[in-house]
Amino acid sequence: MIPGSFEYHRPSSLDDAVGLMSSLGEDALLVAGGHSLIPMMKLRMAAPEHLIDLQDVQSLKSISIDGGKVALGAMVTQAELIASEELCAICPLLKEASLQIADPQIRNLGTIGGNVANGDPGNDMPAVMQTLGATYMLTGPDGEREVAAKDFYEAAYFTAREDNEILTAICFDAPAKGHGSAYLKQKRKIGDYATAAAAVVLEISGGNCTAASIGLTNVGDTPLLAEEASAILVGSSLDDDTVKKAMEAARAITDPASDGRGPKEFRTHIAGIMVQRAIALAQSRAK
Amino acid sequence: MSEIDISMTINGQKVEGKADPRTLLIHFLREDQLLTGPHIGCDTTHCGACTVDMDGLSVKSCTVFVGQANGKDILTIEGMAEADGTLHALQTAFSDNHGLQCGFCTPGMITRAYRLLQENPDPTEEEIRYGISGNLCRCTGYQNIVKAIQVAAKELSSVKEAAE
Ligand SMILES: Cc1cc2nc3c(=O)[nH]c(=O)nc-3n(C[C@H](O)[C@H](O)[C@H](O)COP(=O)(O)OP(=O)(O)OC[C@H]3O[C@@H](n4cnc5c(N)ncnc54)[C@H](O)[C@@H]3O)c2cc1C
Ligand code: FES
Ligand code: FES
Repeated sequence: MIPGSFEYHRPSSLDDAVGLMSSLGEDALLVAGGHSLIPMMKLRMAAPEHLIDLQDVQSLKSISIDGGKVALGAMVTQAELIASEELCAICPLLKEASLQIADPQIRNLGTIGGNVANGDPGNDMPAVMQTLGATYMLTGPDGEREVAAKDFYEAAYFTAREDNEILTAICFDAPAKGHGSAYLKQKRKIGDYATAAAAVVLEISGGNCTAASIGLTNVGDTPLLAEEASAILVGSSLDDDTVKKAMEAARAITDPASDGRGPKEFRTHIAGIMVQRAIALAQSRAK
Repeated sequence: MSEIDISMTINGQKVEGKADPRTLLIHFLREDQLLTGPHIGCDTTHCGACTVDMDGLSVKSCTVFVGQANGKDILTIEGMAEADGTLHALQTAFSDNHGLQCGFCTPGMITRAYRLLQENPDPTEEEIRYGISGNLCRCTGYQNIVKAIQVAAKELSSVKEAAE
């Protein structure tokens, strides 16, 4: 499968990339790792006339951690996220989720920015970023703006990003010290998107849950932040009855498609199971 | 569409040329450079038969445009043996341990295993299985592939120890 023809550009600064995006207009697409885009181009589901490769834009490649404030450059690869011990120490959720994405070769090229900008409900990082309360930094011809991860996703492949904007970084506050987190994903095989997956971050004090955040992957048109389910947990001892109520509240907001991964009802059922198990695992990890 | 200039190092040799930007790295290697070791198994980023080493990272060359590989250092299965034809320890181990049947997946498996052993010279069986999880084999059931990689890992570390 040979993709359609395009002109290839490789700007070396963010300004040049933004300039190209504005002058080339909607016929241009950015390419980061290419591991969502090139498969789409092979299928002619994407046919850009210009491809703007961000690999030489050094300012997009850093992981910065400053007193609990984390900024991940858009061009940081999944493999680099996994390898960052400093990041893993304050937010192990990212490594755990990254290791469940695709396979080693794909993680070597696939980037965090491409993963969250893509807008495919199958991508794992969007729900993780919603769970962490992350903010996306966007730069366009009119300057920079911020959009919360929870407001970014509008429908499958439709996001709040304008065609001429570049997602430059993902920012979030590291979860509180002593928090427990987990990302659990049911998939048919390595390299498959989730049948359903859940991200959970919990804070526990004196046996009671004091803060909770739950996100869901691939059980709707967009990633889902399960706010009601999270609220149910807060103040409880995470007893079975409360966790069951939270599971049901999470299931209630799902609307998965029936596909090769199973009928809609099955995927909704699994979403609840992933939430239940991720809560238990996060609880066991909280200090 | 205009062609772009291509310049990269492949198996230690500087290569210059021109290519249509939509050319995938695997096609450039196979059809332009006549390096037919890397195979096209699926063309959908699943099977790993097209795996090559790019700047020290295993990548699937069916999902890299030739322009993205510009300026990089590429290693394919053809660059694995020494100049005098002495096979790499992994090649010998795959041959000795029946690590292949039809051989279609083998160039990708060996190229991936080569990088895995650089990243982790003494992997457990589980780490090997996880490390080659992006490479599919329809014949062997993986048992002897894993065994071959274990044998090669031992061989490479004893050679390294002897040198030290
Ligand atoms: C076999 C296979 C299995 C996979 N399994 C999973 C999985 O289980 N979970 C998962 O999450 N992903 C999976 N992926 C996708 C993979 O993680 C991709 O790498 C990732 O989704 C996109 O990152 P990229 O850097 O490759 O982006 P690209 O493919 O380069 O870009 C994706 C889209 O985002 C846009 N874009 C990229 N960077 C930016 C930016 N900085 N600003 C604005 N727009 C941008 C591009 O224009 C394009 O539309 C899989 C891929 C394959 C091939
Ligand atoms: S041909 Fe590239 S992964 Fe199968
Ligand atoms: S030996 Fe036949 S595919 Fe692996």
